[in-house]
Amino acid sequence: MKISELFKKGEMVITAEVGPPKGCHPDHLIHEADEFLKGVTAINVTDSQSSKMRMGSLATCKGLKDAGHEAIFQLTCRDRNRIALQADLLSAAYFGIENLLLLTGDHPSVGDNPQAKPVFDLDSVSLLHAVGQLEKGVDLGGNELEGAPPTFCKGAVVSACSDSVDVQLAKMEQKVKAGAEYFQTQAVYDSEKFIKFMERAKQFGVPVMLGLIIPKNAGMVNYMSKNVPGISVPEAIVDELKADKERTASGVTGVEITARIIKECKDYCQGIHIMALGWEKFVPDVLKMAGLKA
Amino acid sequence: MLITVLKPKENIEAVAKGKTFCITCEGCKEVHFPEVEAIELVKELNPTGNVITEYVCNPDNLKVQLAKHMDKLTAADTVLVFSCGVGVQTVSDNFRDKKVYAACDTYPLPGGQGVTPLEFDCEQCGECYLNGTGGICPITACSKSLVNGQCGGCKDGKCEVDKEMDCGWERIYKRLEKLGLLDEMRYPAKLRNFNLMYEENK
Repeated sequence: MKISELFKKGEMVITAEVGPPKGCHPDHLIHEADEFLKGVTAINVTDSQSSKMRMGSLATCKGLKDAGHEAIFQLTCRDRNRIALQADLLSAAYFGIENLLLLTGDHPSVGDNPQAKPVFDLDSVSLLHAVGQLEKGVDLGGNELEGAPPTFCKGAVVSACSDSVDVQLAKMEQKVKAGAEYFQTQAVYDSEKFIKFMERAKQFGVPVMLGLIIPKNAGMVNYMSKNVPGISVPEAIVDELKADKERTASGVTGVEITARIIKECKDYCQGIHIMALGWEKFVPDVLKMAGLKA
Repeated sequence: MLITVLKPKENIEAVAKGKTFCITCEGCKEVHFPEVEAIELVKELNPTGNVITEYVCNPDNLKVQLAKHMDKLTAADTVLVFSCGVGVQTVSDNFRDKKVYAACDTYPLPGGQGVTPLEFDCEQCGECYLNGTGGICPITACSKSLVNGQCGGCKDGKCEVDKEMDCGWERIYKRLEKLGLLDEMRYPAKLRNFNLMYEENK
């Protein structure tokens, strides 16, 4: 099932992100998905996130699909040239994976194999274009595909709370033109900023999913605010996490903050995307508290 | 243009074993060479022979320059070449029975042949993007060489790869904005043609 169909019906689409293991045993990930992520529409699988080498997104998506979950295949341009990217897209189609999230990807130098060659033959925009070409039955070299062409729901990302929001909006427009059917944002902690962003982004008429990372503690959000592009955390949230360390450590504060941001923003967006970063067990609580699931 | 930098001294000493013959290229207009440091190091190595010349990359010139040193060169155990990678390969190719080692690392320093090195780089990609990017090259100003705008790795105007480095696309956007040319950003997806970089007559 393509999540674009749900957007068309006006449904609030809920997705959760999971990171494949640093190894070849995704059993724990699939078990957690069975346990905690039954309530989400689809599970979005990262592609060696932050340039840290992990088991592949495509194989993990296949594992999740076989276990009965809808999967979103994240595909970055960091490690593959256009031949490998197109080949993986055809493989995804073969596995029945219909939802994609297409990104440029972080530079290898920020990851755990910093010696790696950065590829970036394509980028997020030209990758969206490449998928569109495959859907028309031709590859980027202009060669025809055999048989019926694949069809996908093509997703992209945008940093809604970036300090370069004008530049991000320009890029968003390019992605829309290249065929993006939905957007997922970088983690939002500042509802006001997000709402302002949405006032400008709605001109494109493409569904936007509010990205959220459940905050685990004040140190984590401070780190992200200082170091992670596109993330800024208001002082009030840092103070809230500092106030009762036990409550914060137990996950309650993080769940409350995340649910509150959803409530504040949900009327301005078309979906929710939760990046739990190991706290998948709290996803049902967040959704319940935000009034999205019974 | 290119720039050559001396390898770490211990690396050079590790290969300059036995009777060492040094060839130092004074470079050419296209090369920035660490002349003073190289001469200094050659002295320290106390080679059995030493030639300082130019255009080591030119085999005919190389033969002429080395003609009167052939005895020492033939007797040497190793030949250590202070030059760009092209020079080292030329020496190696001309003395195939000798251990020929490079004393320098060679880095690209594009910017047009025969001109003073500037802060601007050109990767000689064969499909210049400057006309659509306010005169700022996305290939060399962006650490990912992206041609379709900014990635998600920019924070406070700086690149995720290096906090000292300005985001190239942030610069391009601001320049275009200043020039009233933001429509330049509204183009269909661009795809690089890497094949151009391998064609002889690009």
